[in-house]
Amino acid sequence: MEAISLYATPVLIIIILVSGVIAKLPLYELFVEGAMEGLEMCVKILPYVLGMLVAIAIFRSSGALEALSVILMPICKLFNIPTEVLPLALMRPLSGSGALGITADIIATEGPDSHAGLLASIMQGSTDTTMYILAVYFGAVGIKKYLYAPTVGLTADMVSFISAAIICNIFFA
Amino acid sequence: MAAGIIFAAISGEVDALNNAIFAAAEDAPMLIIELCGMICLWTGLMKIAERSGLVNLIGKALSPIIRRLFPDIPKGHPAFSAIIMNVAANFLGIGNAATPFGLKAMEQLQSLNPDKSRATPSMITFLVLNTSCITLMPTLVISMRVSAESASPAAIVGPTIIASTIGLCFALIFDRLMRAFYYRR
Repeated sequence: MEAISLYATPVLIIIILVSGVIAKLPLYELFVEGAMEGLEMCVKILPYVLGMLVAIAIFRSSGALEALSVILMPICKLFNIPTEVLPLALMRPLSGSGALGITADIIATEGPDSHAGLLASIMQGSTDTTMYILAVYFGAVGIKKYLYAPTVGLTADMVSFISAAIICNIFFA
Repeated sequence: MAAGIIFAAISGEVDALNNAIFAAAEDAPMLIIELCGMICLWTGLMKIAERSGLVNLIGKALSPIIRRLFPDIPKGHPAFSAIIMNVAANFLGIGNAATPFGLKAMEQLQSLNPDKSRATPSMITFLVLNTSCITLMPTLVISMRVSAESASPAAIVGPTIIASTIGLCFALIFDRLMRAFYYRR
């Protein structure tokens, strides 16, 4: 599994480039075009990241986080989840940029290879912003009755988080 | 945010709070600048993958599974191709490309819907697929780990795929159970 993780990036880059060559595409022009969109995305997410970083800083240094963590402590203990990761689990289904801010913060303060850093990385990658997706997609076609969609989406997020914690314990023991 | 400030005022740690606010505001642009290079690299490569038909190819491979997931959609309906392209884009971690396909799929599903204000089972299955979709390459997280000087930035790829696969399988099974429960009457 370690090897798969290691070779995934270079192999994917080669496959993409070869597919472009086969299709006889102007590789460099397309790359620049796509990269420009990435740059626009960076500028767009800056205000969200800034807002979230400040909000998290307040939440953390005020002691509010400790208060909430005490309530959820038994669950964390059960799955060996570091308390720093709790805000991420709470934020992930609600706001993509918010969760990204928390993940960035955990990686910066706890270190990317610490238990909290690894678990945050896995959690960030393994689910998506459930409530946002439901709101955008249902909203776009005018659906007002979501029926059981939020229940399924949020329960699945919770299952993903807990399996992320268990897998993290197994992989990086 | 406000709750945190009030909480700090009560616990008397306003000094630490001030420092934390200024430090966090300073960190945000630095963080974006560090991430920017990796983000642009991947969006650039994904543009090539989109145009070369690589995304299409993966879509074709996924098509038999997709058909099984949506038994309510009539055969050959245009909703299928939009769903397939959306899932393929999600699979490759190109959220920007996934959203336009996803919205198109929702429009197609809405055209099959007898009650326009109420979600259909196919719509819910489709969104559940979107919210818990497997990402092959969590590129953004890897770039964050690179800029934080991780000893092994890509070590999380395997565990991430496993965790999201478990989440996805659970979501699809739970979706079927809820659907059966909901339409029992």
